[in-house]
Amino acid sequence: MAATERKLPAPAISPETEPYWQAASEGKLLVKRCQNCGETHHYPRSICPHCGSDRTEWTTASGVGTVYSYSVMRRAPVPYAVAYVTLAEGTTMFTNLVDCDLDRLSIGMKVRVVFKPTEGGPPLPCFTPA
Amino acid sequence: MSIKGKAYIAGIYEHPTRLARDLSLSQIHAEVAAGTLADAGLTIKDVDGYFCAGDAPGLGPMSMVDYLGLKVRHVDSTDVGGSSYVLHVGHAAEAIAAGKCRVALITLAGRPRAEGMATGTVPRSRGGTPTPDEPFEFPYGPTVVNMYAMCAMRHMHEFGTTSEQLAWIKVAASHHAQHNPHALLRDVVTVEDVVNSPVIADPLRRLDCCVITDGGGAIVVVAPEIAAKLKRPKVRLIGAGEAIKGQMGGKVDLTYSGARYSGPAAFAEAGVTPADIKYVSIYDSFTITVLMQLEDLGFAEKGKGGRLVADGNLISGVGKLPFNTDGGGLCSNHPGNRGGLTKVLEAVRQLRGEAHPAVQVKNCDLALAHGTGGSLGLRHGSATVILERE
Ligand SMILES: [Zn+2]
Repeated sequence: MAATERKLPAPAISPETEPYWQAASEGKLLVKRCQNCGETHHYPRSICPHCGSDRTEWTTASGVGTVYSYSVMRRAPVPYAVAYVTLAEGTTMFTNLVDCDLDRLSIGMKVRVVFKPTEGGPPLPCFTPA
Repeated sequence: MSIKGKAYIAGIYEHPTRLARDLSLSQIHAEVAAGTLADAGLTIKDVDGYFCAGDAPGLGPMSMVDYLGLKVRHVDSTDVGGSSYVLHVGHAAEAIAAGKCRVALITLAGRPRAEGMATGTVPRSRGGTPTPDEPFEFPYGPTVVNMYAMCAMRHMHEFGTTSEQLAWIKVAASHHAQHNPHALLRDVVTVEDVVNSPVIADPLRRLDCCVITDGGGAIVVVAPEIAAKLKRPKVRLIGAGEAIKGQMGGKVDLTYSGARYSGPAAFAEAGVTPADIKYVSIYDSFTITVLMQLEDLGFAEKGKGGRLVADGNLISGVGKLPFNTDGGGLCSNHPGNRGGLTKVLEAVRQLRGEAHPAVQVKNCDLALAHGTGGSLGLRHGSATVILERE
């Protein structure tokens, strides 16, 4: 039970998603928006998963959202919370809830993005109570 | 073209082991293949189609066909996790209906216990070229348990489902498992036992989870003219459906599974409704898995699954919807962390009248088996088959 800090592995970066991780390094959360159907999506793709158009563009998200669901992993060296957060822009992303009391989380909770360092990679967008 | 009535399940076999320290993975595949062929009254020489999934060693069927000494003209290694083998039954019927094979062998084996695998509580990267989703998920620590737990959390939030209702699913499985001499967990448990077991990932507790076991099983699917010559009771496939459900580009909805699509497809092909079904085998990686699938398959309105499963309604001889009468993955067996094949096996036992007498459903002439593979909270395969005793 020595571990007190959880280490986050680095995400694998591909040419398709490199701008997302570059922005994360600059403290910005990007989402993809489709110029054809107007929908946002996550995780980011070059081709829109809602309509098949290649006219997708990166947009900077406000970084605020609400918790759609969550679960605290109790059986881990350092307990942690996975969550789906629905962004103000409408798309829902898989993430972690951090810098919070793990016993006081709830669905519908307002959260804002924070970036947490990974082991040798760009930081990960996580969320904390707003 | 429909597969209705075009194929029969002629042989089934479940390996009795739950801890296979002294067996190789390929050896388990060979033993279950021999077991199911013996059950059918066929031999390895009769097999002309082979089906396996990601649990088989090597690249798809190549090593296994060679190792088993098969001479086949049709192979299929579609891998949709634990639901693969339910899907394979449907695919085997399609191949038989198209004349591509007449005796299809499906095998499954695994030894996660012998290998000391941390099955449900450690995030796993597949290695190699990452899937497109992996960079956006793996670093956050998704495990099997916490992803199913998020489905349970949302279900409770939207519909008022309770931990006690989920617990009844384990209780029912344990009532059945007490009669299965091979079941890993044979003690009958109570709702209190389940809700007082330690939390693994909120809101799922230890007894909401399935067992981790080694072992395997196999199925033989045959053409009608082959089935006619065999001595075993005749079980024919009358409907099959399959689906993949994921995050839908960020329109995430954790309240339903791909069974919402695979179920109605299978029912439509079979020409029957949920009310006609006498017995169900439902994938039970976790209690919440069962509850959501039962709703999505049409056995309860969405959100009312908690009431359906409570108060012993899933216990054979007690309730109205007997399920997983072998003890299922929750108590008996989840070989190789892939529980779809054993779902088909118990459905066939029920239709043959060969389930344990204490759990045998009376006049069981119509059964459903359903599998969910992968992760309910990330992306998963769903496969449904409807089987009829002739
Ligand atoms: Zn679009």
